[in-house]
Amino acid sequence: MLILECPCCGVKAEETELSPGGEAHLKRFGPGSTDEDFETYMFARQNPKGVHFERWRHAYGCGKWFLAARCTATLEVFGTYPAQTTEPPAELIAKIKARRPDWKGWK
Amino acid sequence: MSDPVAALNGAQSEGFVRVREIGPVGMITLRAKPGTPGLAEAVKAASGCDLPQPRRITHQGGMSCGWMSPDEYLLILPYHGVAAAMAALEGGLAGTHHLAADVSDARAVFRIEGEKADQVLRKLSPADMDTVGEELRRSRLGQVAAAFWAGEGGYTVVCFRSVAGYVMGLLTHSALPGSEI
Amino acid sequence: MSARLGTGGRLIDRAAGVEFTFNGKRMRGCRGDTLASALLANGQTLVGRSFKYHRPRGIMASGPEEPNALVGLGEGARFEPNQRVTTTELFDGLTSTSQNHWPSLEFDIGAVNDKLYRFLPAGFYYKTFIHPRPAWKHLFEPIIRRSAGLGKAPTEPDADRYEYTYGHCDVLIAGGGIAGLQAALVAGASGLRVLVLEQTPHWGGRAPVDGDVIDGKSADDWVKSALQALDGMKNVTLRARTMVSGVYDHGYVLAEERIADHTPGDGRPRKRLWRIRAGRIVSATGALERPLSFAGNDIPGVMLASAMRDYVVNFAVSPGDRTVVVTNNDDAYRTAIALKEAGLVVAAVIDARAQVTGELPERVRAMGIRVETGRGVVKVKGKKFVTGVAIGLVTGEGAALEEIACDAVAMSGGWSPVVHLWSHCGGKLDWDRKAAMFRPDRNRPPLTLDGTAMVYPAGAANGALAAADALSDAAEAAGAALAALGREAPSVAAAQADSVAEGDLLPVWIMPEGAGPALKSKMWLDWQNDVKVSDVQLAAREGYVSVEHTKRYTTLGMATDQGKLSNINGLAVLSGALGADIPAVGTTTFRPPYTPVTIGALAGEARGDIFQPLRRTPMHDWHLSQGAYMEPVGLWQRPYCYPRAGETHEQAVNREVTNTRERLGILDASTLGKILVKGPDAGKFLDMLYTNVMSSLPIGKCRYGLMCNEQGFLSDDGVVVRLTEDSWLCHTTSGGADRIHGWMEDWLQCEWWDWQVYTANLTEQYAQVAVVGPNARKLLEKMGGMDVSKEAIPFMTFAEGTLGGFPVRVHRISFSGELSYEIAVPASHGAAFWELCHRLGADLGAMPYGTEGLHVLRAEKGFIMIGDETDGTVIPQDLNLDWAVSKKKEDFLGKRGQQRSFLASNDRWKLVGFEALDGSVIPDGAYVTAPGSNEYGFRNAQGRITSTYYSPTLKRGIAMGLLKNGPARMGEVVEFTSASGGAGVSAKVVSPVFYDPEGEKQNV
Repeated sequence: MLILECPCCGVKAEETELSPGGEAHLKRFGPGSTDEDFETYMFARQNPKGVHFERWRHAYGCGKWFLAARCTATLEVFGTYPAQTTEPPAELIAKIKARRPDWKGWK
Repeated sequence: MSDPVAALNGAQSEGFVRVREIGPVGMITLRAKPGTPGLAEAVKAASGCDLPQPRRITHQGGMSCGWMSPDEYLLILPYHGVAAAMAALEGGLAGTHHLAADVSDARAVFRIEGEKADQVLRKLSPADMDTVGEELRRSRLGQVAAAFWAGEGGYTVVCFRSVAGYVMGLLTHSALPGSEI
Repeated sequence: MSARLGTGGRLIDRAAGVEFTFNGKRMRGCRGDTLASALLANGQTLVGRSFKYHRPRGIMASGPEEPNALVGLGEGARFEPNQRVTTTELFDGLTSTSQNHWPSLEFDIGAVNDKLYRFLPAGFYYKTFIHPRPAWKHLFEPIIRRSAGLGKAPTEPDADRYEYTYGHCDVLIAGGGIAGLQAALVAGASGLRVLVLEQTPHWGGRAPVDGDVIDGKSADDWVKSALQALDGMKNVTLRARTMVSGVYDHGYVLAEERIADHTPGDGRPRKRLWRIRAGRIVSATGALERPLSFAGNDIPGVMLASAMRDYVVNFAVSPGDRTVVVTNNDDAYRTAIALKEAGLVVAAVIDARAQVTGELPERVRAMGIRVETGRGVVKVKGKKFVTGVAIGLVTGEGAALEEIACDAVAMSGGWSPVVHLWSHCGGKLDWDRKAAMFRPDRNRPPLTLDGTAMVYPAGAANGALAAADALSDAAEAAGAALAALGREAPSVAAAQADSVAEGDLLPVWIMPEGAGPALKSKMWLDWQNDVKVSDVQLAAREGYVSVEHTKRYTTLGMATDQGKLSNINGLAVLSGALGADIPAVGTTTFRPPYTPVTIGALAGEARGDIFQPLRRTPMHDWHLSQGAYMEPVGLWQRPYCYPRAGETHEQAVNREVTNTRERLGILDASTLGKILVKGPDAGKFLDMLYTNVMSSLPIGKCRYGLMCNEQGFLSDDGVVVRLTEDSWLCHTTSGGADRIHGWMEDWLQCEWWDWQVYTANLTEQYAQVAVVGPNARKLLEKMGGMDVSKEAIPFMTFAEGTLGGFPVRVHRISFSGELSYEIAVPASHGAAFWELCHRLGADLGAMPYGTEGLHVLRAEKGFIMIGDETDGTVIPQDLNLDWAVSKKKEDFLGKRGQQRSFLASNDRWKLVGFEALDGSVIPDGAYVTAPGSNEYGFRNAQGRITSTYYSPTLKRGIAMGLLKNGPARMGEVVEFTSASGGAGVSAKVVSPVFYDPEGEKQNV
């Protein structure tokens, strides 16, 4: 039962107030894309034991989607940030690197 | 035309606190970002209220304006004042990107009144009631979404109309005598 | 025999007598008794039969670790099985019955199993009863099910009520013994929110029984002053009778509060489930004494040494007149002292250790009690009660050197810290060789959301068994928890306890060490599941090396006590048999709950009317008053049909359909999703969302649209209306409103965040009424207020105005093929408008129709239904909806997905109609058979039924379905499978539009 702080309204929401949305920072491939790119967009998902970037919606709250960086093994939450971005904020990446020196980076 | 009828037609229950459905209450969903030109003035004109800070609710002369999300406000006013308030909003925000919709009929509103009113919400919502204070808190009551805030010797609770019966049941059960926490 | 002593008993009030029954026998106890102490006070040492062998069993423990003494409590609607007598508070009128015996506790036929133990070894159910196969189901299983098992399930609905409460604190302290109280004093002084939970009704834990002296006071007095100090702290909440059941991620803690277990029917909730969010958790849960494994260690009268002390000191109950204490440590000598001080006889202390010189043994010797060292119990004598013990060399093979007569045996194999809360979220353990115990490894704690330690073990739960150590350890643990929360530890000094130096314990896992099979098959490890030393050794011989596998094979630790007494002894026996080190074998996983939590508490308030949030339309009460048969549509309650007196549901549906086609049907369509989409980019957005073009829809018009997911599969459909230059109202399916609103917000927030679009879900703002049939216009004209003519509101347009004085938006759309108006009215007026429709429609033949009528009407017209014709693998083209899929648009959600080769193929199963040759209704879900069978031997299929109904209009069965290359096969006769596997129906492939194919009726 996670607690994630919604960056949109500041509420420390617990998991029952949130709905999960899978991996963050997927790039959409539409008409004209190759089968490989479309397949990656549709089906290929990271499943790391460790640092993971995820989508969550504050469903029983402000209703906004946001993104979270979390360790799937220890459930340590490195941070949450608004969804209007194509990559994690630099400060967050620095924070994760400090906590997980062996981490290979977000992509 | 008949008078508007609230979802539960004013149901009440008495436990260690009093629970009653109030309404119909006028409500307008206003979607606009805080920096939208004319927004504060339009809200003031429609409700008399100042634009609330995040997670807050402002009150003025029986009307209120709640912060619902970074681009959504909820105006609360008398049911029959909605048309005038909508006109004030549309007048003030004409030409700017916004959405104002009458949601008075989509909601049910309850009052929980009494010294231990907070305990009823403590049983039903995962929100930390010790820190809710002056906030308009959107959360969960049992299995449904709800918003609530403190004031006037109790709490006001807003939920969707279709689940009014469920929420009344939750509040009544949680306020039963002998179940004080 | 056990009995009440003439004096003493710190927890009982002798003046307050309490009557209760056990197996119908009336007994008396005192207020403050547990059911266990009251039973013992009445001489009831035999309290149940064991699970597998039906051995006579007595009370072994005094707390939640009790494996044997489970009873059925209460009667009828308040009956609860498997309740531990040791944690049940006695109250006037309590009724209890023993379990797992037939015909009676005293004489039990199942006890024959005890003689058959050779045939019921570990894993016997994996080995025996395998052949012949049918015998398992018809012979073995019914017999085993009857003879095994514990209490019976209640047969009546629970008379009590339950509830949740959410709790929030910075520091949660689990356990109200002296360690928990000490931790609370430290944490409380910080000003942070502290919640202290204690599972029993009493504070102070074992210390008062053990006679500890703290800060110069008796433990009782120190506890009193600690509670007083804590009561004075506004930031500290103390709650007794509340058992912390589990620790979960991010400081989530579940606890069960027993509110009215001991005051049944007083109007309070019986139990309350606390769902707590704690910043940090101090686990001050104490330790449990371990039994010793000697033959006959399950005979009633054999008890944990500490439990015996509890009964004497707390409840003034003597477990027997003449007790033998068996131990491998100094602590058990406290029991000998307590017994002696209570005026009872201690026949001997049998100590496994060769040298015993500690302070406590010396005191015992000084009291004139015989102490035998280097000895152990070879065998306990007796059947339903203890008559004596045979003692021998602890290192020997079981030769009896002497028999000592006694009627009670106190055993102590050392202590195991209660590490459950530490372990639930992954805290690791260290094997403390000296104390022979697993204790929390503070370097490998369970972590919380910031990656630091979540749980801080304190006191005996951390292996600090002596009072002096426990207090300083607890103060330190609380300080560490505060530091983790960014607070300096307040200058609260730990209380000082006088400590008694105790000698080292000698681990003894099998007594005597060289015991043969006959003895080992009577040495119980797990009392509740009847697992013995011989069973674990057999498992090891059969190749089990993992403690987790051995647990499941032997069922060691799998009973309702979850191995509180048995786990460490069991794994020590296993490691001995494997010749491995105890830490190398490791423990099984500790999982919540710590002790069983009743289902009622887990369900909380979710029962009866508030089991789930049923959604009701504004017309709900009217439907009920008309006798509507309601069906769930998602969480919505909708009328299926409105049967009249004497009508079957089928007859009602047929009447409603026919009436709608011929006169006037009225449908509550309020559940339809209604989402307002507004903004400069709203048109562009809707063109991405829908497969067809919505931006070009003229103001005032309606257009049917389809939504697909990114894979291209149909997800929702509905009519979109253009309200203004920059706003559209999107109707969704009843079940899809919230999902589609969420889907819209997802794309707007996460992909196209620079587009200027706002949405609002207005589903519940409006009641929606469909007025359908040839007389529909007449009804609206009768209401008056706006022009509803064909010219004013042509088909697929809408208009706003008033009808009968109600503010309305009138849509000319049809899901039935008839002249139809869908009228939206503010929900607060919904019921009144609905009633007006019926009042004014009465002489036009108005009748309400339900969801099944709606389905039949739409199926007659060949209209698809999301969820019937679609199942998440169907694309619009499969349903011949190519006309609603834009070829011009560069992009829309699902377009790329639909370009995948297998979706673009001509071989897809496509929508057609089916007419059974015999006119019958083809079974729902039936497959169209194809020649041959697949690699698994199943008949090949080439299509399936998606909707099938009796059409009262056509007076025959009609069906829609998907058929390979279907539209090219009109007129062909195909065969369907039948539910029975026999010959199915033959049906002709026809157009799915059965009724008014030209659409003349709806456009009038």
